[in-house]
Amino acid sequence: MRLAAGLSLLALLVAAPIAVATPTGTLPPAPPEIPAPLSFTAVDRPGDSGDAILLTWQDPPGLPADAMIEIRRAQPPADEWAEVAEVKPGVGRHVDTTARDGNVYRYEIRVRSAATADSSGIAGAVGPPVVSDPAASHDNWFRFERTNSLIAVVLFIGIILGSIGVARSGKNIFIRKIAGLNALDEAIGRATEIGKKVMYIPGSASMDDIQSVASIAILGNVARATARYGADLDVPNKDPLTFASAREAVRAAYLAEGRPDLFREEMVNYVTYDQFAFTAAVSARMIRERPAAIFLIGYFFAESLILAETGQSVGAIQIAGQADPTQLPFFVATCDYTLIGEELYAASAYLTREPVLLGSVRGQDIAKAILIVLGILGIVAASFGVHGVADLFRTQ
Amino acid sequence: MNLEFGRVTLVILFAIVPIVGFFLGLRAPALRSRIPIFVGVFAGLIPILSMYVPKKFIAGPTGMSPRLDQWLIILAGFALLLGIVNVLQNNMRKISRREKGWPFSVVLLIGLFVTGGFGVYGGISGQGIGIAADGTPTPFQYVTNWFFQPLQSTIFSLLAFFMASAAFRAFRARNTEATILLVAAALIMMGRVPLLELLAVPIPSLQPAAASASQGLGKLTEWIMKTPNGAAQAGIIIGAALGAASMALRVILGIERGYLGLGKGE
Repeated sequence: MRLAAGLSLLALLVAAPIAVATPTGTLPPAPPEIPAPLSFTAVDRPGDSGDAILLTWQDPPGLPADAMIEIRRAQPPADEWAEVAEVKPGVGRHVDTTARDGNVYRYEIRVRSAATADSSGIAGAVGPPVVSDPAASHDNWFRFERTNSLIAVVLFIGIILGSIGVARSGKNIFIRKIAGLNALDEAIGRATEIGKKVMYIPGSASMDDIQSVASIAILGNVARATARYGADLDVPNKDPLTFASAREAVRAAYLAEGRPDLFREEMVNYVTYDQFAFTAAVSARMIRERPAAIFLIGYFFAESLILAETGQSVGAIQIAGQADPTQLPFFVATCDYTLIGEELYAASAYLTREPVLLGSVRGQDIAKAILIVLGILGIVAASFGVHGVADLFRTQ
Repeated sequence: MNLEFGRVTLVILFAIVPIVGFFLGLRAPALRSRIPIFVGVFAGLIPILSMYVPKKFIAGPTGMSPRLDQWLIILAGFALLLGIVNVLQNNMRKISRREKGWPFSVVLLIGLFVTGGFGVYGGISGQGIGIAADGTPTPFQYVTNWFFQPLQSTIFSLLAFFMASAAFRAFRARNTEATILLVAAALIMMGRVPLLELLAVPIPSLQPAAASASQGLGKLTEWIMKTPNGAAQAGIIIGAALGAASMALRVILGIERGYLGLGKGE
């Protein structure tokens, strides 16, 4: 026993100097070196309204699994770096939307890994930084990513203007019959004969919806017809801006027909801005006054069917029109005639027969034919694995 | 004062020019009809330009295009006032002349003044129009919760009955098209509800076949909605989009004047 204790002590005495010598003699393995991002650039983001700088880089190979890319910014001549963002590898780009036009910035990018130890053995190693050239943001003159859209718009305008030019030259332009518009005079004539009202509802949308603009254009023609025939007109409105436009359109139509005496302010009236309160009020008016002709033309929401069914129940001739397909089935099921999609926009040209307007409808048809051809080309190309045609139409 | 180019241009185009045009129009009536067209042209051009020209003065957060949107809201506010005045005038006239249905006008005006009064009171007293600080509803909120919303729901619920009556009329097999519509609708209705499974509940031996048939109908429904229905909808949407673009162009170029109540040469 004593011998064993003595041997242990001897062993400790011998081992002690070796243990003390270890730090200077055999170093622990060096932490893995964190690589720096490659090809780092900072430039003004192209095609924007300013106040944004686009940063791009490539991730270096051999990144630790938990690596994050740290982006920092300084405003020269100061060299105080402030953190802008931390993004995951694989993104390759970041837009600094906190930049302000007129300031010059330098960006620094580096890789940070929480799990990797640095040279002093503490976890949270940071790779070497890469600093960009100075960059400043500014607003641009053109969105290059929308070039295809601009070309399409210019072509479309060219086709429309060309068609208008052809129409102005006196060439006869054929426009197919639109039953709903042919029935307009018949409906107003019937209302006049039986001494009942013509009701025109210009939809629920405001004048920033092009369907409302088209509807007011048709209302102008309907008002001219009621002025000619001496029929009573009632135009209830939900949107205040549409109400103001409708009143001016009806007033102008009665003036143009030489019957300002027949125009009454209450013909075009405001009901309420609430969807179902409007629906209730107009439906009740239909039941009480039993108009002989009802026009539901414009943009409608869920109230479309309630209004159209109520109109149907009072036995009115109903002509509806909407470009959006969501409510169209209800109108088709309930009304006598329905202007579907583009017919709504062609109505003004159809009713007035003005060559200039007819020309624009023809131009629209030419553009549609071109789109159909391009669509077929796209289908064929995509079927053969060529996706370039589809990419031509991709917009941002 | 910061005189931004965009703001100054907007004021010139949409305030000074129309006012000057209005006074000139008093002497030359033809000019009066041109001013709305002029305003329409620029109101249409500016948002289109902002799609392609991202310069701050036109497309920036305080540029001409977003500012026009703000102006639209302000205009709508004033137009709403016009609307309220119109409601008051029309209903008061109905009451004073004892026109048909005048008691409804009395109810409407009471509703307008009571609800509006509660709203104004909420604004003046500082308790707002929502829930008060003590958790109880404000008078305005009370009217909304216990009068307005139930009435709204009542009208909306009518839709279910109207849908049934419209479907009944639409699905009568009068001709080939209506018959196709009827068959498609029947298939879709059966594909959307587990009708076959329900029918097979009393007969357990038929349940696997019913489940399989129901699954098949579900797939057929999906195909009908996505393929023929989707294609038809896409056709309508493309046509309507081109029509809308053409209409917008006509408005911008001042060719389409129907929305101003003007015809050819006016």
